[in-house]
Formats: sequence, structure tokens, C-alpha cells
Amino acid sequence: MHAIVGTSDACIAAHPSDMAVAMRVLDAEVETMRADGSTRRIALADLHRLPGATPHLETTLDAGELITAVVLPSPPGGTHVYRKVRDRASYAFALVSVALVRQADGSGRVALGGVAPKPWRDEDAEKALSSDPHVVIDRLLKDARTSPDNAFKTVLARRTLDAAIAEARIVR
Amino acid sequence: MKFDRPATKNPIDRLAVVGHPVDRIDGPLKTTGTARYAYEHHDAVARPAYGYVLGAGIAKGSIHSMDLAAAKAAPGVLAIVTADNAGPLGKGDKNTATLLGGPTIEHYHQAIALVVAETFEQARWAARRIRVDYGPVDGTFDLARAKESASKPASGKPDTAVGEFGNAFAAAPVQLDATYTTPDQSHAMMEPHASTALWDGDTLVIWTSNQMVAWGVADVAKTLGIPKEKVHLMSPFIGGGFGGKLFVRADAVLAALGARAAKRPVKVALPRPLMFNNTTHRPATIQRIRIGATREGRITAIAHESWSGDLPGGKPETAVDQTRLLYAGANRMTAMRLAVLDLAEANAMRAPGEAPGMMALEIAIDEMAEKLGIDPVQFRIANDTQVDPEHPERPFSKRRLVDCLAIGAEKFGWKARNPHPAGTRDGRWLVGFGVAAAFRNNLVTRSGARVRLGKDGVVTVETDMTDIGTGSYTIIAQTAAEMMGVPLHRVVVRLGDSDYPVSSGSGGQWGGNSSTAGVYAACTKLREAVATKLGLPPDADFADGRVRAGSRDVAVADAARNGELVAEDHMEYGDLDKRYQQSTFGAHFVEVRVDAATGETRVKRMLAVCAAGRILNPKTARSQVIGAMTMGVGAALSEHLVVDRYAGFFVNHDLAGYEVPVHADIPHLDVVFLDETDPMSSPMKAKGVAELGICGVAAAIANAIHHATGVRVRDYPVTLDKLIDRLPLLAREEES
Repeated sequence: MHAIVGTSDACIAAHPSDMAVAMRVLDAEVETMRADGSTRRIALADLHRLPGATPHLETTLDAGELITAVVLPSPPGGTHVYRKVRDRASYAFALVSVALVRQADGSGRVALGGVAPKPWRDEDAEKALSSDPHVVIDRLLKDARTSPDNAFKTVLARRTLDAAIAEARIVR
Repeated sequence: MKFDRPATKNPIDRLAVVGHPVDRIDGPLKTTGTARYAYEHHDAVARPAYGYVLGAGIAKGSIHSMDLAAAKAAPGVLAIVTADNAGPLGKGDKNTATLLGGPTIEHYHQAIALVVAETFEQARWAARRIRVDYGPVDGTFDLARAKESASKPASGKPDTAVGEFGNAFAAAPVQLDATYTTPDQSHAMMEPHASTALWDGDTLVIWTSNQMVAWGVADVAKTLGIPKEKVHLMSPFIGGGFGGKLFVRADAVLAALGARAAKRPVKVALPRPLMFNNTTHRPATIQRIRIGATREGRITAIAHESWSGDLPGGKPETAVDQTRLLYAGANRMTAMRLAVLDLAEANAMRAPGEAPGMMALEIAIDEMAEKLGIDPVQFRIANDTQVDPEHPERPFSKRRLVDCLAIGAEKFGWKARNPHPAGTRDGRWLVGFGVAAAFRNNLVTRSGARVRLGKDGVVTVETDMTDIGTGSYTIIAQTAAEMMGVPLHRVVVRLGDSDYPVSSGSGGQWGGNSSTAGVYAACTKLREAVATKLGLPPDADFADGRVRAGSRDVAVADAARNGELVAEDHMEYGDLDKRYQQSTFGAHFVEVRVDAATGETRVKRMLAVCAAGRILNPKTARSQVIGAMTMGVGAALSEHLVVDRYAGFFVNHDLAGYEVPVHADIPHLDVVFLDETDPMSSPMKAKGVAELGICGVAAAIANAIHHATGVRVRDYPVTLDKLIDRLPLLAREEES
């Protein structure tokens, strides 16, 4: 099932990872090493590229550059939920996934998987989380280009966020 | 031996060995990895070379040219087989498309070359160096668009009609007219199609993974243009077939051609991503069902029409078969139409006809019960028939559908079902119960065997019957042990070799009953030979390793003291299956949970109640039924070959994209076999059961999803995208 945002005429593939979506919402960075031994840190947000006219370039890593570590900042607090939705109970990529960090006052962070060629998050949009979570989804998916086969993902993303918020309330 | 009168009491009825849930006698070979499959005959084949199949990159058209130079120059390459250099090839009677394409291409991934090299990796590398210049032409790939062009199939029985369907339907106070679709599906068996071939002079010796040894011999011989006697085909172990290995495929023919070209034994296995488009599949269907009933719930009119597609010269999916037999109704019609599609060859997959037919019919019955306000179990019971409804003079040999439904309802706790859809909630889950009938015809077919009584008293059975994971080895051993009155461990079973008598083979759930009946026939002859040898009357009693008559009591082994005794016979059938409709019956009950937010469906529990004649081995039979139920879960929830309607192939051609159920999808499955015998089927009084288990499962799940959600989906598989728009709104609870 293909991506609905961040796509281009050259590529509509969805980023299939779960881990990267969770890392994105936690503001993780990766440490890398190049062939010459030099190292750097890249924020998860900057690691994956959108396809544009160069769909063969999926990350900002240089040729020969390896990820050697994933660095997580201090835990942001709140309740953490990762909700992965798929038809088969296991061994399937997410149709939609939601990584949610929810604070007691209803504010928090959201990243989506399964909808874009990279983990999909908008720090500005998620300010609406405490007032109306659907506004967060609407803003994340406002430029969605869907086909009849994947139009359901916009509805599913909303409902999955609702489910994740409900789960966070129970867990809390 | 001819079976033309109903079975009476016979040695099988003793049930000292038959009917017991004994472990598979070949189980230890499999669990220790010492059962040799077609690709693994390292013991018999020295220094095999490896063949790698190249599939066509277009769906229809022709090959203008093939540049083999780079491939030939690649390391380790021994030979390259193409249609250009293979010499004249025929086409097997059971094949629709040729197994080695070129210059004409009939479907995507049709084999167009085999590269033979010292290693698998070298063969694969070289195959990628072949440059092919194609001349593609437009094809037809979309059943929905080809439906209008579909025509009446030339063979078989496409149409039936009884009474006045049109008038009766129009006059019926309650009517249903609905259209259902089932997608293309793949067998996706564990073991890929694989063969090892060598030439011994002008004789082809081939191990291949094939359900039907004699068909395989005939089609290999015909394809290669050699006499059948020059083909020695062996298929002793098969890692699943489901109909995908009924017919010889490209691996067998190309291994033979590769071995001839390389002058070496050659092994060929189809890579998984090639299998989905290179081999056969269950074709998609469009099915229209109309049912008319009285307000009291008596069906007065029923019609089932089905459309499917296949390559030119192919056959329809016989999805209306069960509707001719399953429910009463005085006015009825069925029709099948076949469109030409340029996808890979459509053919049999587990319960061809009934499996997709029941997917549609048993939703329709559920919908009709809902319209009538009648419980779906009761609606089915009310419309039972004990005779073939199209030919009321023909009774069913045995039909206990009503028992299956009633016993199943009781055991499942059906009466706890909320009569209102979307009315039961358990936390985040919408809970639904679903039911469907199970129905699959019982086929009997000629089957032979040879039985030996050795000096040591060991009974050896030889037949070209196959064991595709079904338990053939075990039930054949049980049959021979029962007949000869020896313990199970004194029986040796040898299967899957064209040197042995021709059997029924494995397919259409005919193998269990038919192959054991053939063993029954051969053992009957061997009993006569033993009795004669011992000077005992022909009705002597065989039990406990002894032969007894009157005051005489002799060890059975004594008959072979001066030399092995051998008997060979086959069972053939009279017209009992014409005079009596022989079918198998069941009922499937399912509880599903649908996530109220996301529409994800998870099966909570399943029960199958089966009435399928004598169950020869409850353990292997149960394994068959739970395997079939699992396949039904896939059909209901995920299995769907997605057609690229422009390029003309199945896009999701691997096990990541073609989603069969995984362990996490399958809950505990309950199976109940009704205690019954069917004396019309064979002296075994057994019937098939391996395909009954899938028939109706998907509809029971679809009906349960409707009961859980209130959403009726008529297009399989029932994935969440088809539900999500119509699920109940979520309660937006306030912050607590």
C-alpha cells in the first residue's frame, strides 16, 4: 500500500519501518562513520529524503557512510504508545502506524508511519493535539494525493490516532 | 475389483487399526530432515548441475531475439536451453500454456530459458546476462472489463435449469440479487516446484514434486516426444501442493532438457518470486446470486451465475457447482461463462469450484436469512434437501448437513449470538459470530496397488499414490494392516514411483478414499493367495498376525515361508456415484473481533463439524481440516493476487506481498467428525475430507464480520480498507 503524502511523480513508495517512526517522535539522532573515519550526527528528521526526482536516493547518508549508533535524548515523559495497523496479525508492514507521546494535559507529539516515504511528523501541527487531535492529522495529511486504493489511509490515520490516545489514557 | 454394489460388512469394519488416530508413519523422516524431496536426492545423483529458469518479462507477444553470448561466457555455465535450441516440443494434455515459451509468449514469467551451470549462483548470474528483445502486444488482464466478452465454455456442464426460475423469482415475496467477487489466489505451498533429472541412456529418470505420477509421466513423455515407458518419474515426498502440483510444470521439463543438453544430472527449483506468475493459480470470479423465498423462509427460486477467465483453451472456475446441490428450491438455474485473459494459467486450487463458490453462496444465504429475520442456522436447516434438487430421483448417499449445523450450533454456543448486527462490544472490539455450511463433492476414481507378503511376515504396499502432507502413507499402512491382520509396524508403504501400479493420485479430495480402496482390492487378492497357500478357505479370518478358519490357526507369515507372495489389483467403480449423489458436508462456526477504531479483524475461535464418511485416521484428517480452515482464513482476510492491469501480471509475487495467514492469525481450531460410514463410496466407506475443510470458511468469517460491524462486504478479501468508512463512529470520551 503506497504513500499518500511526500510522494512525487517518480515514486509513491511508503517508508516501511516502524522503528524509525518511533525514533522520529523521540527526536533521536543517528551517529555515522564515513569511510575516511570521520563521524557526524544526523537528526532522524534529516536522515530520510523525500523522493522528488531522485527516488533512488532514500537517505542523506554519503556513499560508504554507515550508521554506528542511535542516540536518544532524555525521555520526554508522558505516555508512549506505538499503534501499528495491518490486515495480517504479524509479518506485515503497517498500513498506518502512529507513534504518540502524550502528556497528562493532552499535549504531546505524533509521528505517522505507512503514509509517506519517511516518518511523517510536523512539530508545529502537533500543538493542536490537546485541543483537537484530528486537526493534527488534517495538517499532516493536508497535501495528500490518494488513489482509490489508498484513500482509506486518511480515515484510518485519524481513527488510529484516536485509538492511540484512548490507549494512552488507559495506560496512564 | 469392481465396486458396483453398496459395501457390506468387510474386514475394514473390524477397526483394529483403521479409524485410530495413529501418528504419521513418515513423521520421523520429516522431523529429522531425512525424507528426501525432489531437490534433495543427493544419494542417488552424483554431481548434479543447477538450472535457473528465466521468465518472460512481458505478458503477451513474442521474442524477437535473445542474445545468449554474455550468459554463455559467464563462469560455470554448461548449457542454455531455449525454445530455439530445445528441438520440437509437445504440450502436455493437462497444460494450457506451453512450459517453454518462445518465440510466442503466452503469459508473464512463462519460462523462456534455462541456464545450467556448476552452481546455483552461477546459473542465476548467467541468467541475468541474457538479453531479450521482445515484441509485446496488448493483452486482456481485467476480468471485470472482459466479463461482457465471456462466452459459454465448450466443455463440461456450463448451464443447468430446472423449473421456471425467472417467474418464480419475480413472484417471490422476499428476494436477494447480489454480486460477489473473489480474487485470484495462489497455492503458496511451502515446497516450490522442483525437479532433479538425469538421462540413463534414452530413459529419463526424474524426481519431481508432483501430486499425480501417471499424469506426470504422460505429459513429460508427450512434451519431450518420447514413449511413456522411457520416463521413470518419482515423487515420494511433496511439501504441499494444493492443486498447484497436479500437473507437470516447467521445472520438470526444463530439468530434463537441461540434463540432456549438459549431459549431467540437473536440478531445477522455481524461485519463489517466479512461482506466482509462472505456474497456475485459482482464478478470480464474479458471481451473481439471486434467491427468492417465501416469508416463512422456504427457498422457491435460486440462481447462481459465475464469470472467470483463463488463457485460450482454458477452463472456467466451476463456482456454481455446489449451488446445484446444496439447498432445496423448485426453480433454479446456474450458468458459467469464461473470458479469455492473458494472465498465467488458471487452474485447480484446493476445492476448485466449491471453495470460491461457497465464498459467495454462503454470504448470500446469510443475507437472505437476515432479510427474512430468520436465524442463519435455522434458514439453512429449513432448506435442506435429501435429494439432488436438479434430479430429485437421485438421493444423496448420505447427507447430514442438518446434524452438522445443529451439533455445531450447540457446541459453539450459537444461541448466545445477539440477533442484531453491530450489537456486541468487548472493550475495543466489535464481536461477531458467523456460520456457513461446508460442502464438497466426493469423487471416486480408479486406483491400483501391489501388496507383498515377505518371508518375515512384513507386508509391503507399492502404489504410485502420493502423500502431499495429507497422511497417505499412514492411512494406506492402516488399511493394509487391517486387511492382512498384522500390526501397523509390520507394514511398509512405498509411494510415488511410476514403477508402481497407477493410483488415484492426490487431488480433489479423492485420494484418501480411492487409494485405500485400491489397497483394499490388492489385499483382498493377497488374502486369497495366503489362504490358498495355507490350505484354508477363502473366508478365513486375518487378525493378530494369524489366519484362522475353523480349528486351524496359522501365522500369516507361514504362507510366505517358501517365498514372497505378491498380489496386485485395482479398484474400479460402477455407477453408484451416478445413482447416488456423493458429497461431504459440514458446518463452520466463527467468532471474530473487529477493532472498532481500525477495522482490523482477528479470528477469535473457529469450529468445524464435518460429515465425510468413515474417518480413516482422526489425527491426519483433523490436520487436513485445520489446514484447510487456515487457508480459508487467508481467503477471507488477506489472500489476493493483485493484477497489474496494464502490464498483465500478479504484482505481489512473493510471500511478503501475498499474505497467507501466519501463526498469529490462527486461534485454536476445533474439529468434530460425525461418526458415520458411507457404504456407497467404497469398501472403505470413507469419503474425502481434505477440501471440505476450506469450503465455507471464508463466508463464515465474512458473515461474522458483518455481524460484528453491520458492514456487508461482498468483495474478498475482507480487508480493513473495505470496512473503515462504514464502521461506527468512535466514542470520543472526555478526559477522565
